[in-house]
Amino acid sequence: MTAEHPMVRLTGVSKRFTKGKETISIFDHLDLAIPRGDFVAMMGPSGSGKTTLLNLLGGIDRVDAGEIAVADHRIDGLSEGELAAWRAANIGFIFQFYNLMPMLTAAQNVELPLLLTKLRSKERAERVHTALSVVGLADRVKHRPREMSGGQQQRVAIARAIVSDPNLLLCDEPTGDLDRQSADEILSILQLLNGELGKTIVMVTHDPAAANYAKRVLHLDKGRFVERELAA
Amino acid sequence: MNDFDLVRKNLFRRKLRASLMIVSILIAFMIFGVLAGFYRAFTAGEDAAAADRMITVNKINFTQPMPIAYFNRVKAVEGVRQVTFANWFGGYYQDPKNFIMALAIEPNTYFDVYRSEIDVPPEQLQAFIRDRGSAVVGETLAQKWGWKIGDRIPLNSNIFSQKSGGHTWDLTIVGIAKGKAQHVDTNFLLFQYPYFDETRSFGKDTIGWMILQTTSPENNDRVAKTIDAMFANSTAETSTDTEKAFGKAFAAQFGNIALIVLLVVGAAFVTILMIVGNTMALSIRERTREIGVLKTLGFSGPRILTMVLGESVLLALLGGIPGLAIAALIAMALRTSLANIAPAFAVSPTIALQGLALMIALGLITGIIPALNAMRLKIATALGRG
Repeated sequence: MTAEHPMVRLTGVSKRFTKGKETISIFDHLDLAIPRGDFVAMMGPSGSGKTTLLNLLGGIDRVDAGEIAVADHRIDGLSEGELAAWRAANIGFIFQFYNLMPMLTAAQNVELPLLLTKLRSKERAERVHTALSVVGLADRVKHRPREMSGGQQQRVAIARAIVSDPNLLLCDEPTGDLDRQSADEILSILQLLNGELGKTIVMVTHDPAAANYAKRVLHLDKGRFVERELAA
Repeated sequence: MNDFDLVRKNLFRRKLRASLMIVSILIAFMIFGVLAGFYRAFTAGEDAAAADRMITVNKINFTQPMPIAYFNRVKAVEGVRQVTFANWFGGYYQDPKNFIMALAIEPNTYFDVYRSEIDVPPEQLQAFIRDRGSAVVGETLAQKWGWKIGDRIPLNSNIFSQKSGGHTWDLTIVGIAKGKAQHVDTNFLLFQYPYFDETRSFGKDTIGWMILQTTSPENNDRVAKTIDAMFANSTAETSTDTEKAFGKAFAAQFGNIALIVLLVVGAAFVTILMIVGNTMALSIRERTREIGVLKTLGFSGPRILTMVLGESVLLALLGGIPGLAIAALIAMALRTSLANIAPAFAVSPTIALQGLALMIALGLITGIIPALNAMRLKIATALGRG
C-alpha cells in the first residue's frame, strides 16, 4: 500500500534555470518516491538542487518536464491559485530563519494558515492552543517573536506548520540558525511529529547530526541521488 | 484575528512612519474640506437660483445705477410675470466693521418674487408695506444682534448720506424673514426703497438692479433680448441674464474659486500621492520575505493584492476622515465670523461624500503598484531561494 501510494512521487522530473544566456540543468529525469510516514533528510553540497527539490515538492516552483504527485494528487499541472489552496491544505513549511510575522504574537502567527479555512474563531483558537502545546509553548501565546529565543521562534514556526494538520512537512535547514541544544529540541519535536502523529517529513540539512534524527538520508549531488541510506 | 487585523497590524508596525503619513493625509483633506466648503459657499447662490428668475443690471456693471423708470417699462414686457428691484445700501451697525447686507427694496413685489426662498408671515409683511420706516431682517442677522420685532435700530451707510447730512437711517423692525431651505442665507436687512429714495442726498430715482420672473424659463432668452434692446443706446444700457449666470459672475469677482480649489487641493494631493505612494512601495518592499511566507502558507496572489490595497485605503481613511472632521469644525467655528462673505460655508454631506471617494481613490492609486508587485511576487524570489 505504502509502496504503491507513496506520499511523494517524482517521475522523470526535469528542471532548468536560465542565467543570462546560460541554461543550467538542475534535474534531468529525476525519479523519487517517499513513502507515507517517512522522515527523510536530504543532504548534499550547495547547488546540488536540495532547495529546488523542496520548492518543487511544495508547489513553490514548477517542473519543466515530468510529474509530481503528493498524496496521489498531481500538482505539476495546477494553476497558481490552485497551488496556493493546495499548499494551505496539504503542506507545512518550516524555514531556517523561522519567518514569523514580527508584529503578531505567537498565537497569531500560528493562526495565520487557519485564516484560509472556514473554521470559526473558537475552533481556530483551540487548534492554535493544541499546536503550541505540541511544541511546548502553550505559555508563550502572547509573546511576540522578538520576545522569544531562536529555538522558541522555530517551535512557533513548527506549530504554524502543523496547525492545519498537513500531510507533508517540508523543512529547509530548520536548525541552521540554532545552537546545538535548541537544534536537538527542534529535531526531537520533528521526530515526535513523525513518530507519534505520522507526519511525513522532508528535511534539507547540511548538518549530519540533524540528519541522524531522520529515518533516511538522501544525498543529492548535481541533480542526482548518489547514495541512499537508512539513518543509524 | 482576520485579514483586517493583519492589514491593521501591518500598517502600524512602524508607528512613527504610519503616524506621519496619516498626518500628511489629514492635512490634505483638511485643506480639501475647507476649500470645498468655501467653494460651496460661493456657489450656493447659483444652486439656489430659480430657473425663471432673471436679473437686469446696468450694462457697465452692476454697481452702476439705472433709472427707476425702467421698472414700469420692464413690467410691461411680454413674458415677464413679475418684477421687483433693489438698491445696494452698504450698511453697517454701530461700527463700520459690523457690515450689514442691507438693501432698499420695492416693498410690494420683492417678497413675491422670492416667495419660494424667503418666508415672512403675512401680518409682518403687511406691517412692512404700511410703515415706510420699517425693516425686515433675516433670521440669522436678527439672531446675531439679538434683534426682535419692535426694535428700533440705527442703520448707517458708508455710501449714502441723507439730505440732512447724516449717514444714519433709523428703522423699526417689523418682520423676521426665515429661509425656506437650509441653503437660503438669511443674513440680510431689507427696508423700503421709497423711504430711502426720499431721504438720500444723491442718486434719486435710480435703482441698482431689477429681478424679474418670466412666465416660463423658455422665454428667458427672448425676454432678456427684448429688455436689453429696449434700453440700447440710452444713457443706462442694460444687461439681462439669468439669476444663475448673474450669481456666477458675482462669484467670479472673488477670483476663479474653482480653479483655486483645484490648484491648491491638486498640489496637496499630488505631493501626498507621491509621498504615500513611495512610502507604501518602500513598506511593501521591506516585507517582501513576509509576503513570500504568506504565499507559501497558501495566501493567494489576489488575496495579497486585496490586503495591500486595503492597507493603503485604510491609511487614506485614517488620515482623511479626521481631516474632514477638522475641516467641518473649522467651518463651524468660522461660520459666524464669515457670515457676511460666505454665509453657506460648511462641510456639507456632499463634500464629505466627495472626500470619502477621494480617500478611496488616493488609497487605491498609492497602493496599486505595490499591491500588483506583491501579487506577482514569486515565492522563491521572495524567500531568496531563486
